[in-house]
Amino acid sequence: MLKTHDLPRIFLLSLLLWFSPLLQAEQESAAFTQAAALFAEASFDKTGEAIDLLAASGDPEVVPYLQALLDGKLYQHEEQGTLVIVADGASTDGLRKIPTKNSLRRSLRAAIGQLSLSSPDASVRLTSANGLLETITPDMAPQLRGLLDKETDPAVQEALSLGLAMADLNAAEQPVRLAAIASLAGNLNPGVRNRLTTMTTDSDAAVAKAAQASLKAIEDRAELYGYAETLFFGLSLGSVLVLAAIGLAITFGVMGVINMAHGELIMLGAYTTYIVQQLMPQAIDYSLFVAVPAAFIVSGLMGILIERTVIRHLYGRPLETLLATFGISLILQQLVRTVISPQNVPVSNPSWMSGSLEINSVLSLTYNRLYIVLFCLMVFALLYFVLRKTNLGLQVRAVSQNRAMARAMGVRSARVDALTFGLGSGIAGVAGVALSQLTNVGPNLGQSYIIDSFMVVVFGGVGNLWGTLVAGLSLGVVNKVLEPWAGAVLAKILVLVFIILFIQKRPRGLFPQKGRAAGD
Amino acid sequence: MSEGAHLRHTEAGQPDASHTAILYLEDLNVSFDGFKAINNLTLYIDKGELRCIIGPNGAGKTTMMDIITGKTRPDSGQAWFGQTVDLLKLSEPEIANAGIGRKFQKPTVFESHSVAENLELAMHGNKSVWYSLRARLSGEQQALIDETLQTIGLTDHYHQAAGALSHGQKQWLEIGMLLVQKPYLLLVDEPVAGMTHQEMERTAELLTSLAGKHSVVVVEHDMDFVRSIAHQVTVLHQGSVLAEGTMDEVQNDQRVIEVYLGE
Amino acid sequence: MFITRILHNDRGGQIMLAVLAVVLVLVPVLNLLVPEGNFLHMPTYLVTLLGKYLTYALLAIAVDLVWGYLGILSLGHGAFFALGGYAMGMYLMRQIGDRGVYGNPNLPDFMVFLNWKEMPWFWQGFDMFWFAMLMVLLVPGVLAFVFGWLAFRSRVTGVYLSIITQALTYALLLAFFRNEMGFGGNNGLTDFKDILGFSLQSDNTRMTLFVLSGLALAGGYLLCRFIINSKLGRIVVAIRDAESRTRFVGYRVEHYKVWVFMVSAMLAGVAGALYVPQVGIINPGEFSPLNSIEIVIWVAIGGRATLYGAVIGAILVNYAKTVFTGLMPESWIFMLGALFVLVTLYLPQGLAGLVQNLKDSRWFHKRVQA
Repeated sequence: MLKTHDLPRIFLLSLLLWFSPLLQAEQESAAFTQAAALFAEASFDKTGEAIDLLAASGDPEVVPYLQALLDGKLYQHEEQGTLVIVADGASTDGLRKIPTKNSLRRSLRAAIGQLSLSSPDASVRLTSANGLLETITPDMAPQLRGLLDKETDPAVQEALSLGLAMADLNAAEQPVRLAAIASLAGNLNPGVRNRLTTMTTDSDAAVAKAAQASLKAIEDRAELYGYAETLFFGLSLGSVLVLAAIGLAITFGVMGVINMAHGELIMLGAYTTYIVQQLMPQAIDYSLFVAVPAAFIVSGLMGILIERTVIRHLYGRPLETLLATFGISLILQQLVRTVISPQNVPVSNPSWMSGSLEINSVLSLTYNRLYIVLFCLMVFALLYFVLRKTNLGLQVRAVSQNRAMARAMGVRSARVDALTFGLGSGIAGVAGVALSQLTNVGPNLGQSYIIDSFMVVVFGGVGNLWGTLVAGLSLGVVNKVLEPWAGAVLAKILVLVFIILFIQKRPRGLFPQKGRAAGD
Repeated sequence: MSEGAHLRHTEAGQPDASHTAILYLEDLNVSFDGFKAINNLTLYIDKGELRCIIGPNGAGKTTMMDIITGKTRPDSGQAWFGQTVDLLKLSEPEIANAGIGRKFQKPTVFESHSVAENLELAMHGNKSVWYSLRARLSGEQQALIDETLQTIGLTDHYHQAAGALSHGQKQWLEIGMLLVQKPYLLLVDEPVAGMTHQEMERTAELLTSLAGKHSVVVVEHDMDFVRSIAHQVTVLHQGSVLAEGTMDEVQNDQRVIEVYLGE
Repeated sequence: MFITRILHNDRGGQIMLAVLAVVLVLVPVLNLLVPEGNFLHMPTYLVTLLGKYLTYALLAIAVDLVWGYLGILSLGHGAFFALGGYAMGMYLMRQIGDRGVYGNPNLPDFMVFLNWKEMPWFWQGFDMFWFAMLMVLLVPGVLAFVFGWLAFRSRVTGVYLSIITQALTYALLLAFFRNEMGFGGNNGLTDFKDILGFSLQSDNTRMTLFVLSGLALAGGYLLCRFIINSKLGRIVVAIRDAESRTRFVGYRVEHYKVWVFMVSAMLAGVAGALYVPQVGIINPGEFSPLNSIEIVIWVAIGGRATLYGAVIGAILVNYAKTVFTGLMPESWIFMLGALFVLVTLYLPQGLAGLVQNLKDSRWFHKRVQA
């Protein structure tokens, strides 16, 4: 976190360094002349005075010099006495480095912080206000109050009042301290938390008690966000499950076909992503937009091929279909091993997938997980639309409910079968693109998802897309809730056992298809 | 029999039909997905009676049989076999062993077993796992099989696989399986579908001969067949009883005519 | 006699058992009596390989009993096999005593490695052979009972059942991979030294295990055939063909299913127990869903609901596996995959059905000519 705070500061500094000849002119000001004289005396005491002098000037332009001093890059011209910031590796002929020591560096940091607070740039003010929290002292309180009154930016205001409260924690008067403690209740800043933790053993009993109360509020809130985080992890895992299972919900749920090669169709999608990235190494950021339709086509065509050559002959014999498609899954796995490699292949994440959305200091949502959840919902919505609102969807549902009748009504059931299977397989390929961003892409990728996928579909209720969505998401959440105390593997086992027991209680899943026909 | 309060005690396993009726269905309701298949159905079958149940498609005839045999549980209502057996608390095999046999609409026999084996499997007796591991046909049981085969006219097909029988023969075999089960109550769903006229007559004969010893409930579409066997006819419509009486009474009932012929 | 009565009408079984009897006599002669160097001599590794095939054949019979006759496609029978194997493996572990790498007389090596101080409760008793053998039957049997009772009572059937059997073995796979489970984790149980005091390395012990595997196969075959021939067998087939009809004639279908499932699981457990001392290791890999589904294909290839077909299928496929993984490892998976597809598409009755068809058609031709 410190790093991200430092980033803009360093950026700004380098920018200032670039224009340093222009800044030379600023040294004309009185503060600079006096400080330069003090620096020239080459004693730590005088250097300290010079720093105070510069800091008191309240002029933001002195910040780069103070920063350079802190970084050991500030030199003084031996003859002219002017101050020079020397870039890394530049010549220091005729220059004298101004030395510092620990105590000086501490006051340097404080000075830089305070000065940045009056920067015209709100983001600089915010950064420095946040940075203040670590170095704050009670005597800064009046100054902070002054700044707070003038401040217009709400984020900076908040940071300043937090800093003020932190400063007040060390005030001499008990009421001020208590008020500060109370105002910090529920604040999630780790600095606040540490500070309050030390204060729970304060010699002043009232303060200690108040600190405990505020700390409790903080911990409660952190716990709440902890739950939110678990929920988020669960939803993202659940989204992965839904993505993996939703194609199966079509082939198994709507068509009644047990496709054990479903996992391998997912794997093909992941490998398609790999190949697309190999073909466009310059444009990884856009690769997924190409990979999603490509994977849909690759896996979809493979699905149609499987349906036309094998499954077509096995309708009405689910157990045989299961065995035959298992054979196909073995062949596809070995094909990838032979043609590409038995090892995992590297698939890169586009840059927009990295990083995270920070809600607050305890809760941040990584973008890749966030996108998976969104992607899952998009795929689901699209599929739902296709099945509910399009002509193909109507035919698919007709064939799944009464094949003979549908055929009598002029539906070309063979074509519908192939297309439905292709659709389910294509979605598996799309899921593969998503998975390639989360896990290792290798020949066994599909195997590890096939059982989970079946569990999701069966748990949700066969033939019910909503059931698949709810089942997938809830299983994901349950898994993540169990994980902290059971461990990842045991959590998975527990979920499996739970589903096995659940199916025995409700063989038709969460959302069973109703009616007399379903009972036969 | 109604006067025979002294007959209240029952033999082990026999339904207590001391109050004339052997089957009581009261206020039954079943709905599938909002569709009311059975709607406040109340029906009594007397001991030894032969009752025909007719009604248009979707009247709830098969669902009623499903309730009696334990396949479907009603949402509300009562179903008693005699005075003492609560059918709603029993599973299908328990109901079968209590003495209710059922022939399905679509003939279902054990296709890969021989005709004789089908009868052997259906025969009444101990049906536990360990017993069946050591079970051998006794002379008595063998005699019952032979006799039944005679009755249903399949003696020549003793060793033939049931799957290879014609549709009518399967119907007969299923009736034979009902007979060896020795039930007190027989539920027969469309027994003459796919039969020739001659076969139909024999079936009518057989069912009539069964009445008296057993109670028989026949669901049938073929009106001629119903007329040839029935004393009492019940008409079901939209899940409840529309009319009850002799064939003539029922056929002249205005409501029944409306239901069958439309408005 | 009892056996002839059981095998009456079972030509395939008669031939299979006769061949088995010849093999059980011939192999010891070729291995122990024919001197080494003679080209007729059978090396011990081959005996052990054959022994392994025989245990697979027994496992295949167990699967055929539930799949072929009861109609339940179990994709988790590898779990019962593995549990039987683990029970035997635990006994063999205890027999190592202080000859392990760490030389701890009380604890197996992997427990010492995990810094365990004492034996977990479920390892108690496995130093006694009779107890371990009891567990070989009981552990798979009880699991099959609990699982079957839950599943069959709530009428889970068809592909649903297949999928949850697969989930069962998958859950066990994950569980046995964990070190905390106390079964050696990833590495499983291995480095066995001897059984009942006989060294597992010696030719005689290996020969004995081979012969025992053969006898177990014969015994398992006769047991299954006895069950199938009884009235119980006819009920079981009736359940397969028309489950709800069977209920309506008064049979408690779930009792029959659980009973047969348990017998089958125990047979699989025995197969596992004979397998482990011959291959010298048992690890969680045996629980992998792939293993279980492979067993099904042995049965499918041989021809389901014939029992002897399962034996033939198991031995043929495993022989092919040995040959082809040796010659060109890449090709084996392709072949196995193709087998799954081709057998289900073109050979639904398996080899046994093929032979039957050929015989029928030849008989038919003769009749026509006559």
